[in-house]
Amino acid sequence: MKSDHHLILRVIAKTLLPLITIYAFYVQFHGEVSAGGAFQAGVVLAVAVILYALIFGLAEAMRAVPPWFARGLAAAGVLIYGGVGVWAMVQGGQYLEYQALFNEPPGGHNGQHTGIILVEIGVLFAVAGAMVSIFYALAGRVAEIRDEDW
Amino acid sequence: MTGDMMGEASTSIISALLLSILFVMGVAIAHLRNLFAIVMLSGIYSLVCAAWYILVDAVDVGFTEAAVGAGMSTAVLLGAILLTSRNAKPERRFARLGPLAVCIAAGAMLIYATSDLPAAGDPASPANTGVGLTYLQINWADTGVPNVVTSVLASYRGFDTLGETLVVFIAGLAVVLLLGFGERSLAETLRKLKKEDKVP
Repeated sequence: MKSDHHLILRVIAKTLLPLITIYAFYVQFHGEVSAGGAFQAGVVLAVAVILYALIFGLAEAMRAVPPWFARGLAAAGVLIYGGVGVWAMVQGGQYLEYQALFNEPPGGHNGQHTGIILVEIGVLFAVAGAMVSIFYALAGRVAEIRDEDW
Repeated sequence: MTGDMMGEASTSIISALLLSILFVMGVAIAHLRNLFAIVMLSGIYSLVCAAWYILVDAVDVGFTEAAVGAGMSTAVLLGAILLTSRNAKPERRFARLGPLAVCIAAGAMLIYATSDLPAAGDPASPANTGVGLTYLQINWADTGVPNVVTSVLASYRGFDTLGETLVVFIAGLAVVLLLGFGERSLAETLRKLKKEDKVP
């Protein structure tokens, strides 16, 4: 197909991509006790996909993470976030009142923890999906990034 | 006491260094015409910004700046460069004077306003005495989450965060609606390229 003179770049990216992905999940689930949270984790996750697209080509990336999946992920994230609010309402609380999720008395923290974790998962999905969709929409208009383009 | 003084002095030296790097980079970005170099420099600008935020103890802001400013927007701008030309058009001679005047006026106003700001970490500042202090006091009993930033973001201000998430979602939706889904235009370009290859 074409001479692969990006060999070093590809090999290094292959080792970096899993680390970036794991780091995104670390930031996501460690947000409760350290810096960072779902917004940052979503962006880091999206950057992993974008790096893959930049190095291995957009068509390859679209095979790994299809555009419909990215769009659906963004929509699902917003739905999860909104759904937690509705869950609280069904339990008799107010919208997004985590304390009402399990009808706990003040001082019980299960509802707060569950609510925060679910909401952050929603944010992760929404941010990662939206960012990947934006990149696909921008980069999908040219077939391949040629060397002379830089 | 002397250790404190030393620490403070070195912090302000590093701060001045980072801010002067930012200034030099801003001037360089304004002078450059090559869009690729501009995008790369603005990514580095964000990274230096993130380092400075961490220096002033705004770890979450610094992290966000590094992830979004240096990572995400650089990648998106690189994608945007592909759709346009590689160099900005040369400007007319005196076209810069108007923007320069606006910049100087806005900068002077900002510097004038800075004199009213409380010192960094001032315990008597409005941010540390009002609702911020209340959050720090009631957070543990209310939510049991050790990181106050997380509990404020996701629990106390869940509505705000829902709005932010919607903003991100709508931004993605708007780009997709304006530019198309990407897969269709990618398939079209691939087909066109194949046709061109067949008929040399």
